[in-house]
Amino acid sequence: MKHHIAFNVNGDPVEALCEPDQTLLDVLRDELELIGTKEGCSTGDCGACSVTVDGRLVCSCLMLAPEVNGKEVGTIEGMAQGEKLHPLQRKFLEHAALQCGICTPGVLVAAKSLLERNPDPTETEVRYWLAGNLCRCTGYDKIVRAVMDAAAEMRGA
Amino acid sequence: MRYEAPETLDAAVELLSSESGVKKVLAGGTDLLVQMKTDLIHPDLVVDIKGIGEMRQITQENGGYRIGAAVTGAELEEHPTLSKDWPGVVEGANLIGSTQIQGRATMGGNLCNGSPAADSVPGLIAAGATVTVAGPKGKREMPVEDVMVGPRKLAIGADEFVVSFFLPARAAHAADAYERFIPRTEMDIAVVGAGVNLTLDDSGKITDARVALGAVAPRPLLVKDAAAAIIGTTLDDEALKKLDAAAQAACQPINDKRGTVEYRTKVAGVLARRTAQTAYDRARNK
Repeated sequence: MKHHIAFNVNGDPVEALCEPDQTLLDVLRDELELIGTKEGCSTGDCGACSVTVDGRLVCSCLMLAPEVNGKEVGTIEGMAQGEKLHPLQRKFLEHAALQCGICTPGVLVAAKSLLERNPDPTETEVRYWLAGNLCRCTGYDKIVRAVMDAAAEMRGA
Repeated sequence: MRYEAPETLDAAVELLSSESGVKKVLAGGTDLLVQMKTDLIHPDLVVDIKGIGEMRQITQENGGYRIGAAVTGAELEEHPTLSKDWPGVVEGANLIGSTQIQGRATMGGNLCNGSPAADSVPGLIAAGATVTVAGPKGKREMPVEDVMVGPRKLAIGADEFVVSFFLPARAAHAADAYERFIPRTEMDIAVVGAGVNLTLDDSGKITDARVALGAVAPRPLLVKDAAAAIIGTTLDDEALKKLDAAAQAACQPINDKRGTVEYRTKVAGVLARRTAQTAYDRARNK
């Protein structure tokens, strides 16, 4: 039996028909065509599919689509305001904190979630918070530097 | 597959007991969805219990805490007093997976997933926590150490589920700790996990102790001999030595890629000592 689900994505109401064993990631990418959220491992290890659900950072691959009914989902598509990049996105470009880019949306969503809770994290806190976001181009140092720099700028702004 | 999200315990019990096929309870889904995707299980019915209010709450009860089985690791950490009273229980639960996993993973799921290496379980056993289980015959209470009987095997039926955990009231000088050993610093499965809960008198002598070990036997163990080795002591070197020996004696581990039998046994002794010291220092500073 298909489920009719209604929820918000980045503040906009959306609806979808989904199978009960489809995941939130499947619905975002295949039904709503929001393909900024990436599929990596599909088992909650890599963090490429990171989104927020009611403000909480989660792997969208490990959430059944019917579970999201009535919830507020935040994805990478909600990060820039039109043409204006979020400070994290700008700092990722400045620090060259990405190579292939597959992990980047998940890292950005996760980093944004960290800075909302902790505007002044230590490098260790950044590294632990992002431990569930794997980058196979070995960009961790640049990612951490970009997050620290964005945090500093956002505190000053 | 059918997905149902009941809002009461009775409705959840009714759904589970009326389904004759494969039925699974969904809390955080961080194990269940992985097992579904890797074709380990194909449920006919998934019952999402997160819509049941009492399973999502932490409440004070008789001086202790009632923790809903579907409370997430992140919520445990954010509770204003739980980490002060039961630091070991919270640090065990918080060691499961990444930030993203902590946003979803629950102690109820960690226990009922049935892994001998489950990180939240030794801390709960050491704490003397009990679970409330709901099923077609009503509710029953059982100690956490009796829930798992072997890898993926539970003393809870397919039509039953864990509703909540109860952590008892704290004495004046009492604290717990959980430590695990993994080959890296984050996001791995325990080679050994140790949970220790201690109560001291005013002079610093241990009056009560519970020691639990994970990942060294087919299920997490309550090691009574290890507790007996330190009760009545101030955790001096002699007591630590006896604790180490008792912890090692309880081990019946497997060889696998994370460690050999000899290695796991040795580490269990070391970890029991370290965790006991952490719990002791915390209790003294209360």
